Amino acid sequence: MTMIFGVPMAVFMGQLTLGLVNGAFYALLSLGLAVIFGLLKIVNFAHGAQYMLGAFAALLAFNILGINYWLALVLVPLTVGGLSMLIERFLLRRIAHLDHLYGLLLTFGLALIFEGTLINWFGVSGARYATPEILQGGLNLGFMFLPTYRAWVLVAALAMCLFTWFMIERTRLGAYLRAGTENSQLMQAFGVNVPLLITLTYGFGVGLAAFAGVLAAPLYPVSPTMGSSLLIVVFAVVVIGGMGSILGAILTGLGMGVIEGLTKVYYPEAANTVIFLVMILVLMLRPAGLFGKEA
Amino acid sequence: MSDSQVVGAPGIAAKRERRAGQRRAILYIALIAVGLVAPFLAYPVFLMKILCFALFACAFNLLLGYAGLLSFGHAAFLASGGYVTGYLLASYPGLTPELGVLAGTLAATLLGCLFGVLSIRRQGIYFAMVTLALAQLMFFVFIQAPFTGGEDGLHGVPRGELFGLISLQSNLAMYYFVFAVFLLGFALIQRTVHSPFGQVLKAIRENEPRAVSLGYNVDAYKLLAFVLSAGLAGLAGATKTVVFQLASLTDAHWHMSGEVILMTLLGGVGTLLGPLAGASLVVSLQHLLAQSPLGNWVSVILGAIFVLCVMSFRSGIVGELATLYRKNFK
Repeated sequence: MTMIFGVPMAVFMGQLTLGLVNGAFYALLSLGLAVIFGLLKIVNFAHGAQYMLGAFAALLAFNILGINYWLALVLVPLTVGGLSMLIERFLLRRIAHLDHLYGLLLTFGLALIFEGTLINWFGVSGARYATPEILQGGLNLGFMFLPTYRAWVLVAALAMCLFTWFMIERTRLGAYLRAGTENSQLMQAFGVNVPLLITLTYGFGVGLAAFAGVLAAPLYPVSPTMGSSLLIVVFAVVVIGGMGSILGAILTGLGMGVIEGLTKVYYPEAANTVIFLVMILVLMLRPAGLFGKEA
Repeated sequence: MSDSQVVGAPGIAAKRERRAGQRRAILYIALIAVGLVAPFLAYPVFLMKILCFALFACAFNLLLGYAGLLSFGHAAFLASGGYVTGYLLASYPGLTPELGVLAGTLAATLLGCLFGVLSIRRQGIYFAMVTLALAQLMFFVFIQAPFTGGEDGLHGVPRGELFGLISLQSNLAMYYFVFAVFLLGFALIQRTVHSPFGQVLKAIRENEPRAVSLGYNVDAYKLLAFVLSAGLAGLAGATKTVVFQLASLTDAHWHMSGEVILMTLLGGVGTLLGPLAGASLVVSLQHLLAQSPLGNWVSVILGAIFVLCVMSFRSGIVGELATLYRKNFK
């Protein structure tokens, strides 16, 4: 059997794909955070909870309404994103003129509410969501066995990231968004409905999180706490990459996933902590983050 | 707070200042008196819990309220103080509790130096994210380290004898020790806030670029504030471990970092007595809820209070009271 640095090739490649899949989630979530941060200047602490809500919404939609995976993949982000616009409209907007740390605290409170409510409903253990039939099984690539669903997650997440990039960099709405990120007051003076733009942006960012949640549902146990621990890692990823650029967020997310996966192969004890250690290293060598703009 | 100086009447202003000082002194003396008789009126262990968390919140407030730095990782200091004290007291039976607490405080202070140097490199929300991530790193360290008892934590930490003389087995003796620790910590914070150092911190909070242009080494001030805050949080954790004779992962969890923010916010950010009020309220609430049918909803209720505080109660209880007082009695 082929060995890579003393580890069987199949194990190595298996962890590498696992890492890439995790990295895809980091990328999707940090992208959503970056989009929201760009215009609202707040860190959406409820992002993890909203990712979790996405997974739960998919689960409940299937169990109660019989909505299948593919439909959920479209409907859930729209629903969760749409409902979160209410949060922006009625809560975040009212404190937008204050120190942006209040936004962080508000969304933290919301995260506690979402998580606590679902814990009371479903307990912490979590439920399983069946993988859609078409994506069950795996592909034998000769040197490794690639589970189809993981491959799909990777493709779907990357497609979504590219779609986001396209939306922001290549469309008129995206141009507004970028301009608003630079100077929203001037935008307003030009007659653009900035408050509406902000609401839509928040909804879109949260929608990305919910999309990631639906993707994650067949992969991990769907539990109320699935989002919070992930979010802290994503925060570290955001600190590493900086929230300056979209491609930067995607690359950092995938890269950190791979590093985490490889750590699992070579030094499993540090697998939980390696991203935080990378963050410390980046803070020491390049405090603004790998792709960061501000000092 | 009471810097509403009347222009052209320095005598009146000075008199007012003096009178405000007197009133503050009377308030503090009254509070200390309440603290001294409290264990005869309420369950001492409950009061000790309040005092430990109040000290924790005061330490946190020193950083948020006076330096304007929102740390989302203060649980790490609480826990490291607790774990080090717990480990030392459990493994070296000859060690007296005050030395154990001192060692725990020192450990948290050192950790504070480390975290501080790293996290003050970023500002605002990044600072919050960095401290949160560092605290999560410590959480995993506490799970895996050989001396923390992993998921179980440390149990049966002996309370021992204070200075090798006074047994802390009785809750009353323990209470007065905790009360003394709290007063010490509070006095240090009070002194820091009103010192020239504290004034510079406030200046940095209000306008950092201006403080830089005035020639202050802003990073050094921030770091010192961070280390002080971390050390005092460690002192709270260490004391808490001696009281409850255990150190567990609950203290290291990010929920704890959130709770201390809530206590400070609810009581009043940037007021000296706010964290005490906030901690009393939150601990009492948790205590009450734990016994009621709403026991499982604690975190939802705390979250709701969070939202409420941010939306419409930003200056907290003490802050609102101070405003009310200024409006009606001045």
